[in-house]
Amino acid sequence: MAAVAAECVSKSFGDVQALNDVSMAFADGGFYALLGPSGCGKTTLLRLVAGFDFPTSGRILIAGEPVDELGVEKRDVGMVFQNYALFPNMSVEANIGFGLEVRGISKSERRQRVGETLDLVKLSGLEGRRPHELSGGQRQRVALARAIVIRPRVLLLDEPLSALDKALRVEMQVELRRIQREVGITTIFVTHDQEEALTLSDRMGILRDGVLVQEGSPDDIYENPKSAFAATFLGDANLFRGTADGSAVVLEGGDTLCASGALKAGPATLAVRPEKMRVLEQGGDAEQANKLQATVSQRIFAGSSVTYILDWRGTAIKVFAQNDGSRIAEPGARVVVAWSREHTIPVMP
Amino acid sequence: MSRRDRRFGIAGRTYLGLVLFFLYTPIFVMAAMSFNASQFYRLPVEWTPAWYVKLASNQVLISAGVNSLLIALVTTAIATVLGTGAAVVFFRHRFPGRRVLQILLLPPVAIPWLIIGTSMLVFFFWTGIGRGFHAMVLGHVALALPYVVIVVSARLSAFDIQLEEAARSLGAGPWRVFFRVTLPFIAPGVIAAALFAFAVSFDQFVISYFLAVPGFSTLPVEIYTAIRKGFTPEINAVSTIVIAISMLLLLVVARFYKFGSIR
Repeated sequence: MAAVAAECVSKSFGDVQALNDVSMAFADGGFYALLGPSGCGKTTLLRLVAGFDFPTSGRILIAGEPVDELGVEKRDVGMVFQNYALFPNMSVEANIGFGLEVRGISKSERRQRVGETLDLVKLSGLEGRRPHELSGGQRQRVALARAIVIRPRVLLLDEPLSALDKALRVEMQVELRRIQREVGITTIFVTHDQEEALTLSDRMGILRDGVLVQEGSPDDIYENPKSAFAATFLGDANLFRGTADGSAVVLEGGDTLCASGALKAGPATLAVRPEKMRVLEQGGDAEQANKLQATVSQRIFAGSSVTYILDWRGTAIKVFAQNDGSRIAEPGARVVVAWSREHTIPVMP
Repeated sequence: MSRRDRRFGIAGRTYLGLVLFFLYTPIFVMAAMSFNASQFYRLPVEWTPAWYVKLASNQVLISAGVNSLLIALVTTAIATVLGTGAAVVFFRHRFPGRRVLQILLLPPVAIPWLIIGTSMLVFFFWTGIGRGFHAMVLGHVALALPYVVIVVSARLSAFDIQLEEAARSLGAGPWRVFFRVTLPFIAPGVIAAALFAFAVSFDQFVISYFLAVPGFSTLPVEIYTAIRKGFTPEINAVSTIVIAISMLLLLVVARFYKFGSIR
């Protein structure tokens, strides 16, 4: 187990710049998510940490030591692949024991450690099965067991849950987190699923076009996105563009919004989370700093909650409301959408 | 079954029947005649093992058969190892000229053996390699290599490169990765390729004929020479044995190699 760091890492494949000057620290024992749309460079970063590829510039450190001289065979990392990559010609036991065998560990110790790891991933009794005789969730667990049984310094997961169906995915998320806590291993997890990143990780990095857009704890990034991309990629956000004047932003059409922080004079973008907004009847008491007049164009009823799509000067505003007994506005109704100043986050456009 | 299907069925069965008839009848006739007492194909067949007994004392054909077997085995070993290695390199690495090299493998399969044989004879003479066992092995390996690369590549195309990556991430070096992960997966293709290589060499006539030296030739060459001197049912007997061995080999191929798909 060890801390990992990427220092000013760039990687290009031919003319394609996959990573551009990315620096990120992964503390010992932490669970990190690398989040971004496909092609953002998150898998490239993972493969550089693993040692499948080497940075064009910059360096990777594991436990404080640069590992540029070491290929993947020597880095002592555990890797779980998107399609599991279990050896089809080997039993579950042989699959999990492979890394131990390579390390020259005796047969009896191998057997014992494989057994312990199977207990950990709750697959005891399936030692003799072949990969094709397992369900998707079981394969996932075998792949995880195979990666952690060698007690690697770092556990790397490349979209490990994306091949599972929704219910199984949620179950495996809980399992993954439990296993990671029990083993206490530094884990880097690549995903394009924002919910997965939010629920699983201690810290996360959002990548876009090879650049690390923002890094922090999930709640920090969620509550304080620095850019419009981070705001909209991680969760939902309504964006308002206008001209800043102190901490107020004058929107097109004359409405003024108060932002949570000071702004540089000039064009500005504000992000507001849909669940932070309230839909009120015309003339309803709104103590919040920011108010806009809008028309309900759609309401999507989901039992415990209601999603409103409001029309404000031709722009759609999304609002999530709890079904708390207050009247539900119908399409066509003129309403006021209101929210507080601290939930009005200035972001980079 | 609809009427249309049935009509198609009859046509299809007739076609299949004809194909099998023309493929196998000559072979069965030859096999039957190898047991016939009459030298002149007189019917009905009078069963006798006499020609096989006579064959057993024909030192020329027997030593030619041993030579053929020896050359085929050596060729198979060399061509399978080299061809599999080439297929793996083509699969793993993207290097300049890779595509050209892959395409260059194909023409030798299509060029008539007579022409390849002639060019080899000229080349071997010119370079001083000469003729004989070593020259035949060299020629046969060159002929068999494209088949091996093509058959092994077909199997490799279904191989997930991530399996190699997984093995490497677990600490395995390149040889261990190959022998524990890649080879077990492509083994059916490698075995099929080896049998192809064996067949290419064992069946080879033209090149062997050109490269044979007095005192060292192969079975097909000796059979041809024997036929030119005058046909005897001994040839039927030796041919029947060769056919039996070939069929046995191909049954083994069929066990490992599913045509058109991967087992």
